[in-house]
Amino acid sequence: MSKEEIRSAVLRVLGQIAPEADLSQLKPGQRIREQLDIDSMDALNFVIGLHKELQVEIPEADYGKLATLNDCVEYLASLQAK
Amino acid sequence: MTEFRMPQLGADMTAGKVIVWHKKAGDRVERGQIIADVETDKADIEVEVFTTGVIEKILVEPGQRVPVGTVLAIIREEGKPSAAVAPSEEIPAAPVPAAAPKLVVPRPAPVPVAARAGEAGRVAASPAARKLAEELGVDVATLTGTGPGGRITLEDVQRAAQTLTTAPAAAPEPDRAARMRQAIATSMARSKREIPHYYVSQTVDMSRVMAWLTEENLRRSVEERLLYGVVLLKAVALALREFPELNGFWIEGKGAPSADIHVGVAISLRGGGLVAPALHHTDRQSLGELMKSFRDLVQRARAGTLRSSEVSEPTITVTSLGDQGVEAVFGIIYPPQVALVGFGKMVKRPWVADGQIVARPLITATLSGDHRATDGHRGGLFLTALDRLLQQPEKL
Repeated sequence: MSKEEIRSAVLRVLGQIAPEADLSQLKPGQRIREQLDIDSMDALNFVIGLHKELQVEIPEADYGKLATLNDCVEYLASLQAK
Repeated sequence: MTEFRMPQLGADMTAGKVIVWHKKAGDRVERGQIIADVETDKADIEVEVFTTGVIEKILVEPGQRVPVGTVLAIIREEGKPSAAVAPSEEIPAAPVPAAAPKLVVPRPAPVPVAARAGEAGRVAASPAARKLAEELGVDVATLTGTGPGGRITLEDVQRAAQTLTTAPAAAPEPDRAARMRQAIATSMARSKREIPHYYVSQTVDMSRVMAWLTEENLRRSVEERLLYGVVLLKAVALALREFPELNGFWIEGKGAPSADIHVGVAISLRGGGLVAPALHHTDRQSLGELMKSFRDLVQRARAGTLRSSEVSEPTITVTSLGDQGVEAVFGIIYPPQVALVGFGKMVKRPWVADGQIVARPLITATLSGDHRATDGHRGGLFLTALDRLLQQPEKL
């Protein structure tokens, strides 16, 4: 899966969690949490959504590596490379 | 013959609008089944029936807004003969005492989501999606749902509307946000006017909980992982067993503790406002079960598909301003409840343990109590018990 495909998968999952948000305005280098007002339940649903979309198992210790859109793409690409 | 009335879904509700009937005259209904969707100022609610029988007559058509207590339908109970019913217009709307909503809404048996989604003759769609579909001229029966259990979501409706060749007429958007603000204003003003609040707080060392959770979550799949918020909810429920006077209501000048513990969780809605639906029997659910119920509840609260028993039955409210927020919250009690527990965000701070200063994750737990029902001394002991329970997370 290319990074572009990963990026659109991440945006798709975010769209389910924050359906009212305009994701084209999301700044890729800034924290998603503040931009979309994500709480702990949203964060958990995000990880579950990524698990379903990309069939990846994300350990809890790695949640911090999903802070920005760019971080997510890099981290998920590295998981796939393994 | 039973009169099915417009229920009081929360202390701040005075009237509701029937959005849709899921049953028609002649249909059999079972206790706990959802028979109608009702729009209140705060949310669209799936209303459960508490009688098993056959619907004799529907008296209020979809689109009608009627006061709480108005007879919506007549249900012939099982095993009883049909009788001539008085003309519907002559059945007066019996006002439900505003102070006693919890006592007039009997608790129906919970209905599993999956069972309902597959129910014959009913398209699984959230009330919000149904309403949007109506506005946009989309027939929900023709859609394939992408939501949980094949439910039709707002997105599905929007997608379908975009493919319609005729441009839908611009429907006036009912200002839900403004009405929710008004509903919150009414109940909170009533609370501050009537309830003499006292406030106590306790700092809780969360290191044991967090260490236990890290271990526990390693063993759990992504979908089964626990949030510490669920651990806090369970601890509150267990502490309430020791302090029953904090769990329940103040009605007609005296305390009315509840035998069951249904913790209401304040859930903020995207787009503003909040709801605080109940997690039924919080004290009897395992952490895994509680996590599942909690996830489901948050999802449905945000999708606008709460059930009548969830909005009318919390026996206490827990509010947490989340990990982005502040360190302590002193909440306003939701009448006629008599207590509210608040949790601030978890912070790392210096803490003295065994004579040493160490960095520990701490949470400030607060209790807002109704001084008519309890005293600050008992409130303080409750928070001490809560702290004690959180030091043994493996026992929760």
